[in-house]
Amino acid sequence: METLFFVIISLVAIISAILVITCKNPINSALSLIMTFFCLATYYVMLDAPFMAAIQVMVYAGAIMVLIVFTIMLLNIRVNATQKHSHKVLLGSILGIFTLINTVVLLFKSQAAKPVVGGYTGEMIKNIGHSELIGREMFTTFLLPFEITSILLLVAIIGSVILAKKKI
Amino acid sequence: MGIEILGLPMMYYIVMVVKVLVAFVFVLLTVAYATYAERKIIGHMQVRLGPMRTGWHGLLQPIADGVKLFFKEEIVPSQASAFAFLVAPLIALVPAFITFAVIPFGGTIELFGYKIPLQVAAYYDTTAGQVFDVNVGVLYILAMSSLGVYGIVLAGWASNSKYSLMGGLRASAQMISYELSAGLSIVAVFMLSGTLSLTKIVELQSGFGGFEWYIFKQPLAAFMFFVCSLAEINRTPFDLPEAETELVSGFCTEYSSMKYAMFFMAEYANMVTVCALTATLFLGGWNGPFAVAVPLLGPVYFVAKVYFLMFFCMWIRATVPRYRYDQLMHLGWKVFIPLALVNIVITGIIGYFI
Repeated sequence: METLFFVIISLVAIISAILVITCKNPINSALSLIMTFFCLATYYVMLDAPFMAAIQVMVYAGAIMVLIVFTIMLLNIRVNATQKHSHKVLLGSILGIFTLINTVVLLFKSQAAKPVVGGYTGEMIKNIGHSELIGREMFTTFLLPFEITSILLLVAIIGSVILAKKKI
Repeated sequence: MGIEILGLPMMYYIVMVVKVLVAFVFVLLTVAYATYAERKIIGHMQVRLGPMRTGWHGLLQPIADGVKLFFKEEIVPSQASAFAFLVAPLIALVPAFITFAVIPFGGTIELFGYKIPLQVAAYYDTTAGQVFDVNVGVLYILAMSSLGVYGIVLAGWASNSKYSLMGGLRASAQMISYELSAGLSIVAVFMLSGTLSLTKIVELQSGFGGFEWYIFKQPLAAFMFFVCSLAEINRTPFDLPEAETELVSGFCTEYSSMKYAMFFMAEYANMVTVCALTATLFLGGWNGPFAVAVPLLGPVYFVAKVYFLMFFCMWIRATVPRYRYDQLMHLGWKVFIPLALVNIVITGIIGYFI
């Protein structure tokens, strides 16, 4: 049952991912990308990670994609159907196939694809709660990376303010 | 009840379907009669009678409206982007409805020896002896409400009309800004409750005859959340995306027939959801006198609280004039977000010392 569900979701994910790069209209591409993010969120739910799923929908589908759609609307990008980029398509496909082969070889040769048995079981996540577990790890083991990330974000905010407002 | 499908008893599936149907019908009926109630209440507040002709005191008005909209001609503008134009009302409507999956509308009732929590996305685990619901209920609601904006943005863009586009642009800017402050204002509630599960948040507010409600512990958060949610769902006084005086009808100018009705339903369904969420987070959910002893009283209290808040929304609509756009942005970014952050810091400091 779960495998069947996984196959269906994967089909939707792959089709919408293909649509992202093939749609002529930028808004339709953006919509397909949202669909792909949704499928990713579904994978997180199937992996007993509801917090990640909620954050995935909230941040990627809800915030970042809204900004992208907003930009497309503001710039009002016209579809340029007459232009053809056959050379670029060829170059891109060769690069893509090369990367795919590379990834497959790496996955099969290295240990990265092997499942790792960790301390967190599905039962534990169900009883304690996924967000509680993530919060505990984030503010104890990974406190320093967390703080560094927040400083990075602060830098980004200040940078964008300075770029946007030449005269303060 | 001995039959099992995929390791779960037959009763589980029956109960799930019934719960989904009940929640769905409740929201639909409330949406239909909220339009009637709104016209009637605003009418009486402005010393008018409101709808009177269809049925006794206009009680059949929502049905007449529905039938009328259903039989109107569907018009798709020739220059519109067809797919996005068709899909936009659906995207607006669906998040408003599926949010109801995680809101608890009652305690746990027992039927034929099977315990049923009155919440769509929840079940009673007999081996663990407790109710499991969506562990990240509030985040789920925030995530779904952040998707509602797409319906409006797409409607504005796909119509290929400048009024619609202006409406869509305003809507997206407004909803992003207010989503932020609404989300930040309820962080203070999580800090008190220590959980994101809505069932547990309701349980924590059950004691002392209503004085454990979070509205008394977090009055500022409650106020900010309600106002920001009103702005997020484009209710008056923040209904700039469809400001009639400036933009004809905003993002739904080019829409007709059932597609227009779907935007209308989405607006009211969002209102029901926001009121239900406010009631759950700040007004104790289904708690009330004797609610634990008589489980069927829980839904009654919950519905009463939701309807009171909806009345409050309509009252605001009849009283407060519409904001100007720059005032709206100023309020969101320079007043509510700093206030929410200060509220979080104060809650943290007090929580550390108590």
